[in-house]
Amino acid sequence: MDFKTFLFYLFATILVVSGLRVITARNPVHAVLFLVLAFFNAAGIWLLLAAEYLAITLLVVYVGAVMVLFLFVVMMLDINLESIRRGFWHHLPFGTAIGLLMVAEMATVLGGRYFDADILPAPAIAPGYSNVKELGRVLYTEYAYPFELASVILLVAIIAAVTLTLRKRKDTKALNSSVQLAVKRNDRIRIVRMAAEKEQGE
Amino acid sequence: MLNQFVAPDLYPAAPEIFLLAMACVILFVDLLASQRRWITPFLSVASLVGAALLTVLTASEFSVLTFSNTYINDALSSFLKLLTYLSVATALIYGRGYLRERNLDKGEYYLLALFATLGMMVMISANHFLVMYLGIELLSLSLYAMVAMDRESVRATEAAMKYFVLGALASGLLLYGMSMVYGATGSLEISVVAQALEQGAVNKTVLVFGLVFLVSGIAFKLGVVPFHMWIPDVYHGAPTSVTLFIGSAPKLAGYALAIRFLVSGLLDLAVHWQTMLLILAVFSIVLGNLAAIAQTNIKRMLAYSTISHMGFMLLALTAGVQGGNTTLAFPAYITALYYVVAYVLMALASFGMIILLSRKGFEAEELEDFKGLNKRSPWFALMMLILMFSLAGIPFFIGFWAKFAVLTVVVASGKVAVAVFAVIMSLIGAFYYLRVVKCMYFDSPRDMTPIQAGADLRILLSINSLAVALLGVFPQKVIFLCQYVLVRTF
Amino acid sequence: MDALLQPFQTFFGPYWIVVWTLLKVVGVVAPLLVLVAYTTVGERRILGMMHIRLGPNRVGPFGVLQPIADGVKLMFKEVIIPSAADKWLYFLGPIVAMTVAMTAWSIVPFYDHGWVLANVDAGVLLYLAITSFGVYGVIIAGWASNSKYAFLGAMRAAAQMVSYEVAMGLALICVLMISNSLNLTDIVRVQQHGLFASWGVNFLSWNWLPLLPMFAVFLISGVAETNRAPFDVVEGESEIVAGHMIEYSGMGFALFFLAEYANMALVSAMTALFFLGGWSSPFGFLPDGFFWLALKILAGLFFFIWLRATFPRYRYDQIMRLGWKVFVPICLVWILVVGLWMLSPYNIWK
Repeated sequence: MDFKTFLFYLFATILVVSGLRVITARNPVHAVLFLVLAFFNAAGIWLLLAAEYLAITLLVVYVGAVMVLFLFVVMMLDINLESIRRGFWHHLPFGTAIGLLMVAEMATVLGGRYFDADILPAPAIAPGYSNVKELGRVLYTEYAYPFELASVILLVAIIAAVTLTLRKRKDTKALNSSVQLAVKRNDRIRIVRMAAEKEQGE
Repeated sequence: MLNQFVAPDLYPAAPEIFLLAMACVILFVDLLASQRRWITPFLSVASLVGAALLTVLTASEFSVLTFSNTYINDALSSFLKLLTYLSVATALIYGRGYLRERNLDKGEYYLLALFATLGMMVMISANHFLVMYLGIELLSLSLYAMVAMDRESVRATEAAMKYFVLGALASGLLLYGMSMVYGATGSLEISVVAQALEQGAVNKTVLVFGLVFLVSGIAFKLGVVPFHMWIPDVYHGAPTSVTLFIGSAPKLAGYALAIRFLVSGLLDLAVHWQTMLLILAVFSIVLGNLAAIAQTNIKRMLAYSTISHMGFMLLALTAGVQGGNTTLAFPAYITALYYVVAYVLMALASFGMIILLSRKGFEAEELEDFKGLNKRSPWFALMMLILMFSLAGIPFFIGFWAKFAVLTVVVASGKVAVAVFAVIMSLIGAFYYLRVVKCMYFDSPRDMTPIQAGADLRILLSINSLAVALLGVFPQKVIFLCQYVLVRTF
Repeated sequence: MDALLQPFQTFFGPYWIVVWTLLKVVGVVAPLLVLVAYTTVGERRILGMMHIRLGPNRVGPFGVLQPIADGVKLMFKEVIIPSAADKWLYFLGPIVAMTVAMTAWSIVPFYDHGWVLANVDAGVLLYLAITSFGVYGVIIAGWASNSKYAFLGAMRAAAQMVSYEVAMGLALICVLMISNSLNLTDIVRVQQHGLFASWGVNFLSWNWLPLLPMFAVFLISGVAETNRAPFDVVEGESEIVAGHMIEYSGMGFALFFLAEYANMALVSAMTALFFLGGWSSPFGFLPDGFFWLALKILAGLFFFIWLRATFPRYRYDQIMRLGWKVFVPICLVWILVVGLWMLSPYNIWK
């Protein structure tokens, strides 16, 4: 077993174990943190496959942004664990059956006969090959149209999120920074010229 | 790789580019002119008109591919796009008053509608599995948000949640199917997949495996049994203007989805997918018609009617190929197209009718609300009569000809038993349509409040309903059009 | 050098690569820790100077032994664990913070010709990835402490750091566009050429001039990323006492403290590499060298301290506004400007 194989088994083991812990952890925050660990190990496996761009993007997007917000939400939720866990044993046989079915399907389809390394070999890597460059090249040329569409989908997601959450409350005391910054001196103070003492003769 | 790359010709995709640009412009205009509420709806409809003009200008005799063969502009795409603009614009005009009365006429509604239209256009013009998927997502994401827009309504929120979760599941199924297709053929480009299939050097097992998932995904998007669970809840829960939107144009895109995937891409597997579609279609027709009888809510009733109508449409698709014989292919797909067009026309008007009868603080969505409509407004009672007769497939409205065409082609393909069964089911289904007619003409009204809808809605709805009647008198026009389009395309 | 290492190489055999890498790691981390330790005392002296007071000058000549005294004190303090804290995560928090702050240094090139621990092709991406993990230390600590103040601090940190990463990433896109590489060494090399460099005034050829708005955005976002004044609402001692660090004592606190200063040094180093020519000398007649990078890092650290002495703390909504409504649009516009610039005949980065 060379070092790479050892690393693969290491990452894979931790990945599977942390994946299991995600669904078995009693505390939702622990579950999220185990999911983060799972992402790290998945990224590690991708790195072993020389897909460094995918690996790092997985980390930047999922670990760096998505999971942070996830954690943010999960920490603030008051989750009643008892009520969630109540149905666990009840649903377990069904869930296991579906899981096994999926494993069996994947195994039959991916099990060497149809998608073997001989049938779909990995392309040879030229010297000076850069994963990031090649991906960028393909994304911005051949896949420019799907790429742009993906950005439109993100735009729609922004619009939808804002529409569904923005609520103009009347009782809020939030200050508008732009208005505050745009204040001129004359809006706030008035310089009144007045004599130091009463004028004579009144 | 880079050396072979040719900068894409943007001209064939001009309608999409225009609509996207306009959506972004409207996004800004809506922000700046938030006091003048008429601007955004006006601009939205105007951009649909503009897109229609561009579609006519860029329409071509032959199939034009661009964006590295991911985008196709052919007769079918131009035709379906024009119908999409028409039905979206109609839906927006129908819904305007309804939204205003419920304080839902935010600019985002129109924007999301435009983005959904863009998604449908992308689906219609997709020549690539990935692009099709992105189009579906663009459409679905906009629709989820539109359903959930009325935040005060618990029902709408629940419907949106259900739609979202099931929609995500369906997308997963589609993607899984696509990955199988990719694994078997080594490409996601629809025409390349078709070529690879023709040459025969592909692993059919993997493909059929993927096909199951693809068909499930398509079935979900069309809302046929057993992937129909979302339809009644979403149609019922969403604001009626959104139901109107979901119930109309996306069906055209759904047809494009089925045709592009199954006919353009996987025609060689027709034996397999026709069987699957046949099962889906038969169950949809049964469940749709039987369940609709039990409904007292007219939106729910129309939802179940959608399920059975989509079943009919799929029935037409199953007639195309008979043991390697493709003589019936054209009639079958033409019929399906005709059916979808007819259905969209009828769906627009029937949901428009619910909007027409609704007013501020009142939803005319129960069957009882239609009681004695004849006494309140004889004209619109007549319109509703036309629509219900047409949906039921009573001669001689457009709905009849559509059903007739489907049955003809199914019989021609040798499935007489299926055709007879479908006829029996539509006869049963006629019951609940006629029940509405009975309510309108023979029951006494619950209230005599006059109809308060604006003139634009009244006039457009009348035109729409009369079109259903008129096209029933001249059915050949539409069939010829569909035939012309499909012959040009393939 | 190779001849000198030869006997060791033969001695360790196949394990030499491991030993040599570990040695290099120590070679980076040890000076870094010294730098961090002296930044703390430097900060107090400089603040003292700016406030016209003395600052710590008792321990050793000019107070140079102060960090050692501080370190010894912190090490011997009791590590208190709140009774309702999540024990594992409570300890994990500061460890994550420190690890992340140290890891990012592995991709910093100190000088040309491979003076870098890991010469990664996608270095910039890796930098963005690693810095985005920093927030975990804060969140985990804030949650595990089971204290309201700590939790508030964690919430603030999560929102603030994620927001400023966006601006930071967008600012770096401009740098990538003109450097045509994600490798940090290449990014510095690109800055050594140009019209001004050929005139001998190299510092005008560095990225800071053509990308001036991005330079400002990156630097300010860097301050926000490290939760330093004036964006230190995460600690906000006037409202939430010390945020996520409130329950920590002894070495737990010390680790957070060290991580903060290591991050400051990292942001200074990255600013130097991306915008200030890294190890290149400002004038053509002076030789390049590690010395320049060190000087730039120190200048960056001084800037951090200077900010702290100068500006009052931003209000929380103002921070979010600055990030999303000011920086992100500026970056997007500048990406467009740079793109057009590169397409125009006046492209200076060919």
